[in-house]
Amino acid sequence: MTRVFISRDTVSVALGADEVAEAFVHAGAEVVRTGSHGLFRIEPLVEIETAQGRIGYGPVDPEDVGKVLDATHPHRLGRIADLPFFASQQRFTFARCGAIDPVDLDDYAAHGGWAGLDTARALQPGEVVAIVKASGLRGRGGAGFPTGIKWQTVLDAAGPEKFIVCNADEGDSGTFADRMLMEGDPYCLIEGMAIAAHAVGAGYGYIYIRSEYPSAIATMREAIRRSADRVAPFTLEVRVGAGAYVCGEETALLESIEGKRGQVRAKPPLPAIAGLFGKPTVINNVLSLAAVPFILAEGAEAYAAVGFGRSRGTMPVQLAGNVKNGGLYEIGFGVTLGDLVERIGGGTESGRPVRAVQVGGPLGAYFPPSMFHLPFDYESFAAAGGLIGHAGITVFDDSVDMARMARFAMEFCAAESCGKCTPCRIGSTRGVEVIDRIIATLPSPLVGEGGAKRRMRGSEVRDTSECPPHPSHAFPLPQGEGESQITLLRDLCDTMKFGSLCALGGFTPYPVLSALDHFPEDFGGATALPVAAE
Amino acid sequence: MGASAYLDAIRRLMPRETDTRGALLPLLHGLQEEFGYIDDALVPHVAEALNLSRADVHGVVTFYHDFRRRPPARHIVRLCRAESCQARGGNAIEQAAIERLGTSMGGTRADGEVALEAVYCIGLCATGPNAIINGKIVSRLDGPKLDRLLEQVTA
Ligand SMILES: Cc1cc2nc3c(=O)[nH]c(=O)nc-3n(C[C@H](O)[C@H](O)[C@H](O)COP(=O)(O)O)c2cc1C
Ligand code: SF4
Ligand code: FES
Repeated sequence: MTRVFISRDTVSVALGADEVAEAFVHAGAEVVRTGSHGLFRIEPLVEIETAQGRIGYGPVDPEDVGKVLDATHPHRLGRIADLPFFASQQRFTFARCGAIDPVDLDDYAAHGGWAGLDTARALQPGEVVAIVKASGLRGRGGAGFPTGIKWQTVLDAAGPEKFIVCNADEGDSGTFADRMLMEGDPYCLIEGMAIAAHAVGAGYGYIYIRSEYPSAIATMREAIRRSADRVAPFTLEVRVGAGAYVCGEETALLESIEGKRGQVRAKPPLPAIAGLFGKPTVINNVLSLAAVPFILAEGAEAYAAVGFGRSRGTMPVQLAGNVKNGGLYEIGFGVTLGDLVERIGGGTESGRPVRAVQVGGPLGAYFPPSMFHLPFDYESFAAAGGLIGHAGITVFDDSVDMARMARFAMEFCAAESCGKCTPCRIGSTRGVEVIDRIIATLPSPLVGEGGAKRRMRGSEVRDTSECPPHPSHAFPLPQGEGESQITLLRDLCDTMKFGSLCALGGFTPYPVLSALDHFPEDFGGATALPVAAE
Repeated sequence: MGASAYLDAIRRLMPRETDTRGALLPLLHGLQEEFGYIDDALVPHVAEALNLSRADVHGVVTFYHDFRRRPPARHIVRLCRAESCQARGGNAIEQAAIERLGTSMGGTRADGEVALEAVYCIGLCATGPNAIINGKIVSRLDGPKLDRLLEQVTA
């Protein structure tokens, strides 16, 4: 019987993979549901097992079954690993994602699974921590804190009870790597957590998954059930969030697992000393934990050999937004932003010029193409007034209105603030008002209504008679009003930056200020920087 | 809903949820799944079952966006409003949905049948604009596709 591989990743399913799989079952094929390789343009992707390896076709419609089976389908892609998008990757963490049946324990073991855990369990806890330190692995959740040092603190902390908590809240727009790994290779995360448990002496672990990820929740639960004996005496449990972005912040997440409002705790004490239920706790992102099996199996040097400066190893980059080759791209740090967006991402899907790229989710800065030379690593992005965060890259074409995006950043902060500190809780609401006033001083007309209201950009202004007059035309604001509001906005950002307890209030200024700095024309200012690609 | 139905449900969910530490969120998720929303009348029972104050439980129910305090509309259309979906034309889809359903973002249609809610990213950011319509995730929305989908829920 022909063996056929079709992804059950949420993206693939949303694009019709279930119907395609059903059609192949009907046609008598044996269908294996895998995770996604992560090039969404070719999903739903079908791979047929042949003597030459798996041959891919995609995107495939349910009606195309016959043509795929007799190899006459026009979307024949050859071996997926040979496509330029995949051939240029270094897949340390995502090596199995797309290749295996996610919950099949034999498949996992046959593809190198558990080698890292077996290595770790033959070592003393301190030795495991030393290996993770030597690998140079830094937390992939955003802040980039060295994972080995965090583990050392928990190992050294006294106490009979310790916890491993996996942060799978992944709330940033433009990020989906945690979801893909949990749906496509859940044992990799489980193995990483079991290694962490051995390294610090923890017996129990929680995976806190956002409620927006039902498929990841189901897959993780199934995988935990099936691998319980393999990881015993370590025990794992899934906890489901309840729709609060701030619960991605590590202390708010701990509060949430404890059954409380997800409010941020002041630090110290660090969670490593007094974390979940007051006990020493390792809290790491999905990708940090999932990087560990490779490090233990292949050695710290193999991991550290890849990377750039103090950013070692690989980063699963997520190409999102208006980009042609959107998806997951794992590569060593140091590739430039421009390479990621233009060469690998293929530029915009709309075919229009790239105008802005937001890196690192809703708290990340917007960059113009003139900054595409930036190497992708923690330090370079921090020096350029941004962050790589969870490595989500959201591409916008030239129809974007940056004043509107700045407003959205403030609006999001206001909606998601945990309410603990004033600069974040009140400042973000003021921020929306100030940006509204700036927009009101601008002469160009608005297109659209209500939530979709945006100003036209120069090239779009044609017949203004069709556009409803904006209040600002009827009641022009005083001369210089825009400028003084911009000064006010910068002040406000300063207050939020330095007066907030956590990065939600503290980093919301990044998208706002970067929009102001790099795209002043959208706020009524003169063009400051020559934009190279335009 | 009578108090006895609530007590039954709590008792049924209790052995699973209350021997675990931090049982409040899992219990509330379970109750909302069963009743569709967290009735204010449930709060004292939950508080008693978990040995918490009513204020604690109320505080949690109101903090999280997922928990509803009113019965939900029959159909729920959740649109992603986050940046990546905006970059792919999400604002136009939002506008179209508002017009098509005759309700605002966060509102419910006058007949109480359809609610339009915002969601901030569902992790399909390269194939937006995305939505969750009655629990089913739909991707690559455009005008005609949205119309077709909304027709099914508003028919
Ligand atoms: C508002 C806010 C949201 C966050 N969201 C996430 C998230 O969704 N996932 C994540 O891993 N870290 C998130 N973080 C970072 C965590 O607080 C923490 O640094 C991280 O989980 C530590 O794991 P790591 O060292 O493996 O990166 C967030 C931080 C803030 C301030
Ligand atoms: S900055 Fe905002 S989210 Fe963070 S602790 Fe303060 S109020 Fe809460
Ligand atoms: S931004 Fe809409 S799914 Fe991520």
